[in-house]
Amino acid sequence: MLTAQPTSRAAAAELVVDRIACDGFGMCAELLPELINLDDWGYPIVRSGGVPDELMDHARRAVAVCPVLALRLRRSVRP
Amino acid sequence: MEPRIFAGPPAAGGPESLADHAARLGLVPRGSAAEATIPVIEASGLLGRGGAGFPVGRKWRSVAGQAGGAPAVLVNGAEGEPLSSKDRTLMRLRPHLVLDGALLAADAVGADRIAIYVGSAHRDARDSIERALVERRDIRLPVQLFAAPATYVAGEESAAVHFVNAADARPTVTPPRPYERGIDGRPTLVQNVESLANAALIARFGDAWYRGVGRSSTPGSALVTVSGSDRDGVREIEIGTPIGELAEVAGAGRDPRDRQAVLLGGYFGGWVSAERGWGLPLDPVELRDAGSAFGAGVVAFLGHDRCGVRATARIMDYMAGQSAAQCGPCVFGLRAIADATAGLANGTAARDDLARIERWSQQLAGRGACRHPDGAVGQLLSSLRVFGSEWEIHQRRRTCSREGFRSFAVPVVREKVA
Ligand SMILES: Cc1cc2nc3c(=O)[nH]c(=O)nc-3n(C[C@H](O)[C@H](O)[C@H](O)COP(=O)(O)O)c2cc1C
Ligand code: SF4
Ligand code: SF4
Repeated sequence: MLTAQPTSRAAAAELVVDRIACDGFGMCAELLPELINLDDWGYPIVRSGGVPDELMDHARRAVAVCPVLALRLRRSVRP
Repeated sequence: MEPRIFAGPPAAGGPESLADHAARLGLVPRGSAAEATIPVIEASGLLGRGGAGFPVGRKWRSVAGQAGGAPAVLVNGAEGEPLSSKDRTLMRLRPHLVLDGALLAADAVGADRIAIYVGSAHRDARDSIERALVERRDIRLPVQLFAAPATYVAGEESAAVHFVNAADARPTVTPPRPYERGIDGRPTLVQNVESLANAALIARFGDAWYRGVGRSSTPGSALVTVSGSDRDGVREIEIGTPIGELAEVAGAGRDPRDRQAVLLGGYFGGWVSAERGWGLPLDPVELRDAGSAFGAGVVAFLGHDRCGVRATARIMDYMAGQSAAQCGPCVFGLRAIADATAGLANGTAARDDLARIERWSQQLAGRGACRHPDGAVGQLLSSLRVFGSEWEIHQRRRTCSREGFRSFAVPVVREKVA
């Protein structure tokens, strides 16, 4: 199974949620369960450690599906 | 230690006038002389006093170095923390020291406007600042006074900027942080009033003078608000003073056995047991390493007649009520935690409530637009550690072991320099 534990290579991007815009319901979590869990109220909990390369496509799809544009991919600040 | 911030006329004399202030301290550097103080403030090691403890000099340098137009300065005197009264006391008694700091900071970073943001509940502080502004003849840039709504979150930096920009004291999504884009989209230095007052002294007396006091790794002195003692009020202490020593001067007992625990930093701070805390230095770095916080300088002693679980439940209920209701995890998470905590406190908890509040708390940090939920659950998690057996008794037996002493009054701190 794929895990989102920090990989040996530093991830190039990370998922950030605009907490004010996010409405919950978790479409993103359905598309990217490897990296996004939902809390008891349906709001996303993003795993730390960034997006591994092999999940980048899924991550992009999750970003695209968010109905309120609350999910973004950001280039990692850490090298 | 001789008082520094509160040097000069006694508190009973009320606000210090401009004449007295100038005769006592002389003028604060302005213009290019103010710019030259940035390295001095950096070298002093002064840390911000609004809660986060960020180095003040470093913030000035980064605001001064930002592109994006002339910066603004936002003087943060919101002081929404219920256990703190040091900021309003400072603004009331030493308005000119605060204004000195604001003018110094503005010249240092090249700002062309100052917003002074004072909690609307702090009437005396606001009046004092207002009168002081009228007294001054050396203000050559627009200075505007804003009444911060009386909420906990209004003092958070992006909320403060939002209020100045759009009369809405709810936090905004960051980045950009205020130092990048704040008031009118310009780089904005948000600085606590006590931080500014210290800067005004360091600019006059130098960084070595500032570092001349301090008993631990962090140099300098700080204002603290003490409650749960015989002589509650605002005090000026040397940073690194052991909690037990402050307890003795304030009349909170000579011995750790005289108190049960201490809440440090405020409602977004952390608990330590009296036994452990008595020897701990009041120092931002050392308290953080000890799993607590210096925060806004709150030191609240909890007596043996009070129940830590109930105290925590009261605080969590308040914090849930103060959520700016914008972010799902904060709105629903804090409310659920507060309700479950209240259930534990009053003996109506479901069987697994203790485990649930632990899990929810761990999930909440970092999941709001601002750090309000982080602070609230940090306080709760420290309470679970410190009052662990008490929490379990509440969960298992649905009773409080402090029979007969069930009430916890959130201490109201009088505005008084003790
Ligand atoms: C929920 C919350 C409330 C805050 N309230 C205040 C406040 O009332 N006054 C204040 O100076 N800082 C407050 N802060 C901290 C500010 O965001 C900011 O860090 C501070 O004003 C910066 O000044 P300093 O570096 O001089 O401490 C608060 C932070 C949070 C997360
Ligand atoms: S899809 Fe968008 S709105 Fe829905 S939970 Fe995910 S981030 Fe929030
Ligand atoms: S985290 Fe809570 S207090 Fe902060 S902006 Fe979001 S809802 Fe408001």
